[in-house]
Amino acid sequence: MFAREPLLRVTPQGLYCPRADVHIDPWQPVKRALITHAHSDHARPDCGSYLAQRETLPILRLRLGAQPSQLQGVDYGEELFINGVRFSFHPAGHVPGSAQILAEADGERWVFSGDYKTESDGVSRPFEPVRCDVFISECTFGLPVFSWRPQAEVFAELHEWWRRNQAAGVSSVVCAYALGKAQRLLAHLDRSVGRVIVHSSVWEVCEALGHDLSGFERANSDIRAQGALVVAPPAAAGGAWLNRFSPYSLASLSGWMAIRGMRRRRGVERGFVLSDHADFRGLTDAVAATGASRVLLTHGYTAPFSRWLCEKGIDARELDTAFGSEDGEESP
Amino acid sequence: MTDFVSLYFALSETSSTSQKVRLLTEFFGAAPQGELGWAVHLLRGEKLERGLSSSQLRQLCAEVSGIPPWLLEESYQVVGDLAETISKLAAGKASGERVSLQKWVELVRSLREAPLDERMAKVAEAWRHMSEAESLVFNKLLTGGLRIGVSRGLVVKALAAAAGADEAQVSQRLLSLRDVREISLPALAEQGSGSENMAPYPFCLAHPLEAEPQQLGEPEEWIAEWKWDGIRAQIVRRGGRVAVWSRGEELVTESFPELELLSQKLPEGCVLDGEIVALDGDEPAAFSRLQQRLNRKRISITLLKQIPVGFIAYDLLELNSEDLRNVPLGVRRQKLAAILEKAGISKRDLRLSPEVEFCQWQQLDRMREGARENGAEGFMLKSRDSLYIGGRKRGSWWKWKANPYSVDGVLVYAQRGHGRRAGLFTDYTFAVWKDGELVPFAKAYSGLTDSEIREVDAFVKAHTKERFGPVRPVEPQLVFEIGFEGIQASRRHKSGVAVRFPRILRWRKDKPASEADTVETLRQLTS
Repeated sequence: MFAREPLLRVTPQGLYCPRADVHIDPWQPVKRALITHAHSDHARPDCGSYLAQRETLPILRLRLGAQPSQLQGVDYGEELFINGVRFSFHPAGHVPGSAQILAEADGERWVFSGDYKTESDGVSRPFEPVRCDVFISECTFGLPVFSWRPQAEVFAELHEWWRRNQAAGVSSVVCAYALGKAQRLLAHLDRSVGRVIVHSSVWEVCEALGHDLSGFERANSDIRAQGALVVAPPAAAGGAWLNRFSPYSLASLSGWMAIRGMRRRRGVERGFVLSDHADFRGLTDAVAATGASRVLLTHGYTAPFSRWLCEKGIDARELDTAFGSEDGEESP
Repeated sequence: MTDFVSLYFALSETSSTSQKVRLLTEFFGAAPQGELGWAVHLLRGEKLERGLSSSQLRQLCAEVSGIPPWLLEESYQVVGDLAETISKLAAGKASGERVSLQKWVELVRSLREAPLDERMAKVAEAWRHMSEAESLVFNKLLTGGLRIGVSRGLVVKALAAAAGADEAQVSQRLLSLRDVREISLPALAEQGSGSENMAPYPFCLAHPLEAEPQQLGEPEEWIAEWKWDGIRAQIVRRGGRVAVWSRGEELVTESFPELELLSQKLPEGCVLDGEIVALDGDEPAAFSRLQQRLNRKRISITLLKQIPVGFIAYDLLELNSEDLRNVPLGVRRQKLAAILEKAGISKRDLRLSPEVEFCQWQQLDRMREGARENGAEGFMLKSRDSLYIGGRKRGSWWKWKANPYSVDGVLVYAQRGHGRRAGLFTDYTFAVWKDGELVPFAKAYSGLTDSEIREVDAFVKAHTKERFGPVRPVEPQLVFEIGFEGIQASRRHKSGVAVRFPRILRWRKDKPASEADTVETLRQLTS
């Protein structure tokens, strides 16, 4: 018996389905791309066409300048056939519109997870495990030292910090990714504490997603904000942009804040441990829930996490991709 | 009332010195009896005796958490701190009671006497009742020091504020209160009793000279001395006794019996500041020789004969039981010369560090390059009028080292760093060529800028094949100029040499690996 060609494999352009002749989250321009979510390491410009969950489309327009004619949207769970391969998108719980992509042919089911988290964040459709034979998974936080506390506890801490800053006449600047983390933060802020000011790039993403921004203030050059909470993308930290909010205290909202050394290195005063990726237990549980006998790990601590799975009797391997990075800098 | 764990985290989250002092003062002011002394002890960087080794702690953590040892190791490599790693894997549930530092210390100290399985059980039981944060601080006590970025000076400042005494006084008292349990705010505010007190003075420390020496002003306002390659120490002669203190404020009298003996000849009520050096014949030898005398429980007669030591005095802090620290250095040195002259001690054993004569800075600069031939590392420059001020006050004392030895080495292994550098590949091993092969000769951790570190980190991640285990072999491509202070032949090292204080001087982006130095270059430096 000779080996069948795999349903999905990695090519220099990215993850590829030869039977359907489509790429998933390609890192180079291709003719037809299926997109799990609109973060920059998964959705890149200059492809011929993009297929994604509906909520993701406006972000692709905003960030990649994609034209409406290039975009096609699907709903979660909706089936579509491409050259005989059945595709469907399933909630990944990572950011609004994020999806796992299921490809099925000849009774074989492959799922690419994109990025995901298992805790419900209140703004993204919660992760739903999809039964499959082969699970291609991220493992950004695939080490047991990464273990998240419930977000309610983290937000309670964040509010305490905000109130303390306010009492000291200091503004509270929170760095959060414009897509995902920022919406999650805004949705959980207790607006009775004080004013909330939103950086333009965050504002635009919220608008594109159709989120209600009433009561929030959009930052402009002469806004002043003693005691307010400012939501800014990480790129704004350390830049002159923040000077207008002086004196301020700077916090970061990220899974990497779990490690004190990394927290110190970022030069933020406060690190709140809140991630849009699954923690170690989340990853382990997610893999188990798929029932997959083979697991391919795309990014994160792929070497130790694959060994961990192998010791549990799962055929796990590393897959060399261009998503995220090994560690340190969080893929959004 | 704040507990020690909250203090620890509050201190580690602020970079403001005044905020740190405020936090410490508040804590000291409210600390219960029995806790204050230990807090001071630990905050000053002292360690408790270890009851479990790192590998025993790892083993216990693996058992308690059900995480396989290899995965614990991988985690540790990323976290870069064993105490923190364990706290994340083996934390239990906080008891909700205020943490008692005293109880923790007692527990850690009680481990010494217990058999291994009992020690393991005690620690595992303690972990069960701790939150992650509590466990981290507790594990710090188990694994060594707190390393929290609080200098001894800050502790003294805060203690002085809490005790309502002045800093110099508190600093002195701390040195004489040898038993941690004696430390209390009233005890620190008390005047010490004169002759019983064998405490040294807080050492006056120098800064490295970074500017051109011409900017210091006229040469005649400065005293230049050789910077001796030994251990900084004070000899305290009071009440018929002698105490020798190292710069770490550690009592080292027993390690140097010959100094104790000869110092009996010094006049009563005097304190000398200077350098303990190993002797080679009559001359000061390199530090590597002195090293063989250090960290030994007992000094054998053979060792005393093999590696004799002497004292090179350069300052006099007390004479006739009178504190001379507010007398100008020039005068202190004259008095020092006079008492050494009168003491009748051989110049080989106790000598005055000579003043190096010079008329122009340029002239001194040229002599600096010959420092190693004189058994020195460079020059100390001290303002002739300077008073003796404890700590590292800028401006009147400078160290001006000779340029280090340097060779170009190739990066061959990388390991993840610790603390602020956790997760980044910042610990490097460098090699030089030997018969067409690269042999490692030095490990270095410092010398690169943050952006260079990120660049090297990215290179390491992209150019390693072997991804398991802490040490990553790297494709030999990057060349760095490695500086070091000393070098000697060594059979233990594959390269045949051991280097002292290696560090990265610069990244030789202009050089391919093939043009790095050879073992031969290193060997020539040893001669």
